Amino acid sequence: MQTTFSKDELERYSRHLIIPEFNIEGQRRLKNSKVLVVGSGGLGSPLLLYLAAAGVGHIGIVDFDVVDDSNLQRQVLFTQADVGKPKVEAAADRIRALNPHIVVQTYNTQLTSANALDIIKDYDLVADGTDNFPTRYLVNDACVLLDKVNVYASIFRFEGQASVFNYVDESGERGPNYRDLFPEPPPPGLVPSCSEGGVIGVLPGILGSLQANEVIKVLSGVGEPLSGRLFIFDAGSFQTRTLKVHRNPNNPLNGTRPTQTELIDYEQFCGLKTTARKEDLEVRQVQPGEYAAWVREGQPVTLIDVREPYEYEIVNLGGKLAPLASLPEFAGDIPRDGKVVIHCRSGVRSARAIKQLEADFGFSNLYNLKGGILAYADEIDPSLAKY
Amino acid sequence: MATLIIPTPLRKFTANQTSFESNGGTVKDVVHELVSTHEGLKTHLLDDGGNLRSFIRIYVGDEDIQALDKEHAVQPGATISIIPAIAGGSH
Repeated sequence: MQTTFSKDELERYSRHLIIPEFNIEGQRRLKNSKVLVVGSGGLGSPLLLYLAAAGVGHIGIVDFDVVDDSNLQRQVLFTQADVGKPKVEAAADRIRALNPHIVVQTYNTQLTSANALDIIKDYDLVADGTDNFPTRYLVNDACVLLDKVNVYASIFRFEGQASVFNYVDESGERGPNYRDLFPEPPPPGLVPSCSEGGVIGVLPGILGSLQANEVIKVLSGVGEPLSGRLFIFDAGSFQTRTLKVHRNPNNPLNGTRPTQTELIDYEQFCGLKTTARKEDLEVRQVQPGEYAAWVREGQPVTLIDVREPYEYEIVNLGGKLAPLASLPEFAGDIPRDGKVVIHCRSGVRSARAIKQLEADFGFSNLYNLKGGILAYADEIDPSLAKY
Repeated sequence: MATLIIPTPLRKFTANQTSFESNGGTVKDVVHELVSTHEGLKTHLLDDGGNLRSFIRIYVGDEDIQALDKEHAVQPGATISIIPAIAGGSH
């Protein structure tokens, strides 16, 4: 039976219907499509708004997070009143209010190897707006295994990338996927996430909008999708590049000799499990409450802050600034008597700093402030800004 | 002279320099000149055997050169891009 539109829908979508090559057939395809948006953050915001506005008939949203104050700089789906609510709920409310003619389904959970195939299998296409390497590879692999198109974008500070993966063109030729482009993720810590590295607020708006456009092109069959190509945008210099991406015969999922037929442990693949464990175990720690007690009792304690000066300016505990990258220059100023507490934002960089100081300079009086200044703000001084 | 564009995540190893000019005749020469000027970059671009790491791609113009050992010639005025994997979606 042919899909029909009500008078309200015809009027709502009229600017699509009068594009000659799009017309009511393109709109019909959108209405009959099911799209899963993974991550309703910076990329997910414009994605969800534009896909809902465009009339994609069924939209699924996966996210496990709640709306936080620090999201509002770029996640334009949400308002101040949404802070504290589950993102999927706030997002679903927002897009249902925008377009009552669509079906919205929410998954208030983290996408994992255990649930990904089950969630994704019912959708035609996945738009990946996640924020970490394990989930990027998980989404990619699940899409290849289930034969779904993966519309991809990612961002870092001023830089964005977009592509369309696992797209089969009219002649039946399958395009590359994420593993063809990047067979393996970088080691943990080299490329910080947005929460650690920051991002200019408009950038996810730009990349997420490009992603929404690619989703609409793939679904409607109009235009030439960004398959086999990687779009790069540097918002700082306004340089754009579109680079070719080829299939890799060594791709473990669908190269010439596939070796991977199911989802794997992506935390382990991305090297996250071992690193976290090592750094937790090997460094002596002090709880924020214990450190606060040392200070209160007047014990001789020196506090060293290994973050960057611009982070110090946001919030600090009055420690001596010694950024991790130039730590050796400060080693001579760090006392070897009494307790020395090293801290950063969340405790990871300070653990690395302690390892470096112990190994290269022979310190034995260093303590890592567990959870960094974020934990101190939570447990000891709620007046401190968290970032 | 070719111009190599340094991507944002690696600029901390080039003192925030966004590009690098080189007279190298092949991509391999240009990359080796880059990592000898900015030593901190080396381990992030190349493995112990001098091969490109699997989370980095290098393009001349819009073409992926795949591997450094293929002696890709660099024409004067060429733009070389280092493209690293990034994952942010801004949570």
